[in-house]
Amino acid sequence: MYVYDDFDRQIIQQRVAQFRGQTQRYLAGELTDQEFLPLRLQNGLYIQRLAPMLRVNVPYGMLNSTQLRKLAHIARFYDKGYCHVSTRQNIQFNWPELAEVPNILAELAEVEMHATQSSGNCIRNITSDQFAGIAEDELVDPRPYCEIIRQWSSFHPEFAFLPRKFKIAVTGAEDSDRAATQVHDIGLQLRRSETGEIGFKVLVGGGLGRTPVIGSAIREFLPQAHLLSYLEAILRIYNQLGRRDNKYKARIKILVRAMGAEAFAEKVEAEWQQLKGGHSTLTDEEIERARHFFTLPDYEHLDGARTDAELQAQAAGSKAFSRWLQRNTRGHRQPGYAAVVLSLKPTGVAPGDVTEVQLDNIAELADTYSFGEVRTTHEQNIVLADVKKSALFALWQQAKAAGFATPNIGTLTDMICCPGGDFCSLANAKSIPVAEAIQRRFDDMDYLYDLGDIDLNISGCMNACGHHHVGHIGILGVDKKGEEFYQVQLGGNAGANTTLGRVLGPSFGREEMPAVIQKLLDVYVENRSDDEPFVDTYQRIGLEPFKERVYAKSH
Amino acid sequence: MPSLIKDGAVASDDWCVLEKPEEGQAAAVAVPDQRVIVPLAVWQAQREPLQARRQTLGVWLGPEDSADQLGAEAGEFELLAVHFPTFMDGRGFSTARLLRERYAFNGELRAIGHFIRDQLCYMRRCGFNAFSFAEPIDLQAALASLDDFTEYYQAGTDQPLPLFRRRA
Repeated sequence: MYVYDDFDRQIIQQRVAQFRGQTQRYLAGELTDQEFLPLRLQNGLYIQRLAPMLRVNVPYGMLNSTQLRKLAHIARFYDKGYCHVSTRQNIQFNWPELAEVPNILAELAEVEMHATQSSGNCIRNITSDQFAGIAEDELVDPRPYCEIIRQWSSFHPEFAFLPRKFKIAVTGAEDSDRAATQVHDIGLQLRRSETGEIGFKVLVGGGLGRTPVIGSAIREFLPQAHLLSYLEAILRIYNQLGRRDNKYKARIKILVRAMGAEAFAEKVEAEWQQLKGGHSTLTDEEIERARHFFTLPDYEHLDGARTDAELQAQAAGSKAFSRWLQRNTRGHRQPGYAAVVLSLKPTGVAPGDVTEVQLDNIAELADTYSFGEVRTTHEQNIVLADVKKSALFALWQQAKAAGFATPNIGTLTDMICCPGGDFCSLANAKSIPVAEAIQRRFDDMDYLYDLGDIDLNISGCMNACGHHHVGHIGILGVDKKGEEFYQVQLGGNAGANTTLGRVLGPSFGREEMPAVIQKLLDVYVENRSDDEPFVDTYQRIGLEPFKERVYAKSH
Repeated sequence: MPSLIKDGAVASDDWCVLEKPEEGQAAAVAVPDQRVIVPLAVWQAQREPLQARRQTLGVWLGPEDSADQLGAEAGEFELLAVHFPTFMDGRGFSTARLLRERYAFNGELRAIGHFIRDQLCYMRRCGFNAFSFAEPIDLQAALASLDDFTEYYQAGTDQPLPLFRRRA
C-alpha cells in the first residue's frame, strides 16, 4: 500500500498543527461556532446527538496492521472501546473529546492516517473496490489512481468551499462495480482502449440522498494522463455554477440535471480544453510511482488444484466450515489463495461496529494470514485479501473465536446500516434496533442460505448513508409527527446495473418490520424458479405481489 | 486609515470600495474621485469615462460574476478584487485562479468581504495577495495563517508544478 515520504509527512503534520491552533482558538472563544464548523468538519469532526464523532479516512479502504493497532489504541484511550466501519469505507469514533481531537490526529499521522476532508463541503475520501488488485474480473488496479486523486484533492486550495460535499469512487473491474460508481458525484470506471491505452469512463452527477440519481456518462474514454485536469474542470464548473441557495439542491447531481448532462459535458469540455496539457498532466513516472506501491505481495507458487482438493476435504468434514467457506470467502487471481470477508454483522451488534480487542485481533489475523493488510468494505465488513487456502481452516477457527466468522456475507443479515437515530443528529429514526430485530428473527442459517444473496440496506433518514435506494430490500426511517416509521423499497440494485428501488407503500411501525420482511421473503420463495435470486424474481413478477401480501387485510 | 494584509504584511489601505448599485443604476452611479474599486457592472456601464483613470481605478467581482466577463482586459488593471458574501461561498477561489492563470493578471488581487483567517493559505494559493477583512480581526496574528502549509500536492498560482513533478 502507499507509503508516505517526507513530503507527505510534512503536509500532514502541518495539517495537524493547523487544526490544533484552530481548536485552541475555538476553545478560547476566538472562533465562533459558525466559523469553526467547516474547519472541524474538514478534519472529520461532527457534533453528534450525544458527543462529537470523528470520521477517520481509510483511503480506498486499505489498512495495515500497524494502523489497525493504532485505531485500537485510539478506541481504548480516547473513546469507549469501539469504533464503526462506515458505508464509505471509513472508521468512525463516536465518543472523542473535542479538545483531544488534535492529539488523535497527531497519533493518526504517526501511522500515515488522517481525517482530512472526511466531511464538509469538499472532496471526500476516494473510495474503491474492496477486492482491488485481486479480483478475478479486474481490468486495471484502481488503487494507484485513487492515491493520485487523494493527493490532488487533499488541501486543494480552490475546492475546499464547494456548494456541497463531493464524493469520488473508482472501479477497475470489468463487469461488476463494487465501488458504486454510478451513485457518486464522480464515478470513474477504468477502461482500456482498442490500442491498450488505459483511461476512464467518467460518470457525473450520481448520488443517493433525498434525490437519488444514477450518474450520467460525460466521457466514454479519458486517457489516464488527463485524469487530474479533467477532474479539475468538473470541479471548477461545479464550484462556479452549483447552487448555493438551498443545501438540498446543492449537490452536483442537481446541477447536471438542471443543465442536462450534455450541456454540462460541453461546459466541462470547454474548461478542460483550457487546462489540458498543463503541468497537472500525469507523467508516466508518476503513474508508475503510484503503481509500485500496489504491487503483488510475495505470493508462494502453489498448486491450485491440490490446495482446492485439500480444502474440499476439510469442508466435507465440517458443515460449519463449509458454510463459512461458501459465504465468507471469495475467488482470487493467484492460484492457491482466497480473499476472506470477516463479518462485522453478528446478531446483537450494530452493523459495522468493532471493539478495540477485535481491532487488535484483526491486526493479528492480517499479520498471520494476509501480508499484514486488510480492506474495509462499503458493506461494512473487513476483507483479508491474500490468504493461502491451506490456512483457511486455521483462520476460520481464530476468526470464530474473535467473533468475525458469522457465515452470513451477502445474506439478509449482512445488512448495510447507518448509525441512525441512536447516534446521528440528522436521523429521523433509529436504524440499529431494526437491524437487530431482523437479525434476531432470521437467525436460521439454513433458511438464510436457502434465500441466497439479498442486499438489505437500512437508512435512518433520507440522506441515505445506509444506501437504502440500492438495496434489494431498502428500509428508510421516516418521521411522522414525532414518531418513527419505516418505509420499505424493493428492487434496488448496487453494482454494474445500478437500479433504484421502488417504494412499496405506506410505512410501518418498528415492531412490524420483521413480519413485513417475512412476508416479502414468503412471496419470493413462493414465486422463485430454481436458483433465481430475490432481485431477479422481483424484476420478473414486479412490485404488486409483494404489495398485495404485505398490505393484505387480515380476515 | 484602514488596514489590510498585503504581500504577507499588515499595510494601510487607501482604496475605497464602491458598493454594488441598485439594478439598472450602474451607469448613473457617481464614482468618487479617489482610489476606488468599483463593481464590475459599473466598470462595464461607465467604461468610456473611467478609461482614463486606470491608476486610481480597480474593479471588484462578486460571486455571480465570472472572470471571463473581464477576460483579457483584466491585465490592464493595477488592482482587482473578489467579494465574498459569506466565508462559506467558495466561488471566489475559482475566480481568483482564473484571473491569475487564464487572464494573466499580475496586479494586486484583493479579497474583500466575509472570509476568515483560516482561509488565507488557500486564498493565497489561488492568487490573492491582499486581504481586506469586513470584520475587524487581529491582522498581525492572522499573518501566521498565510503559511499554514508550505508544501502542497497540487498546482497553485504560487507553485505551478504539482508535487509529483517535483518529487526527486
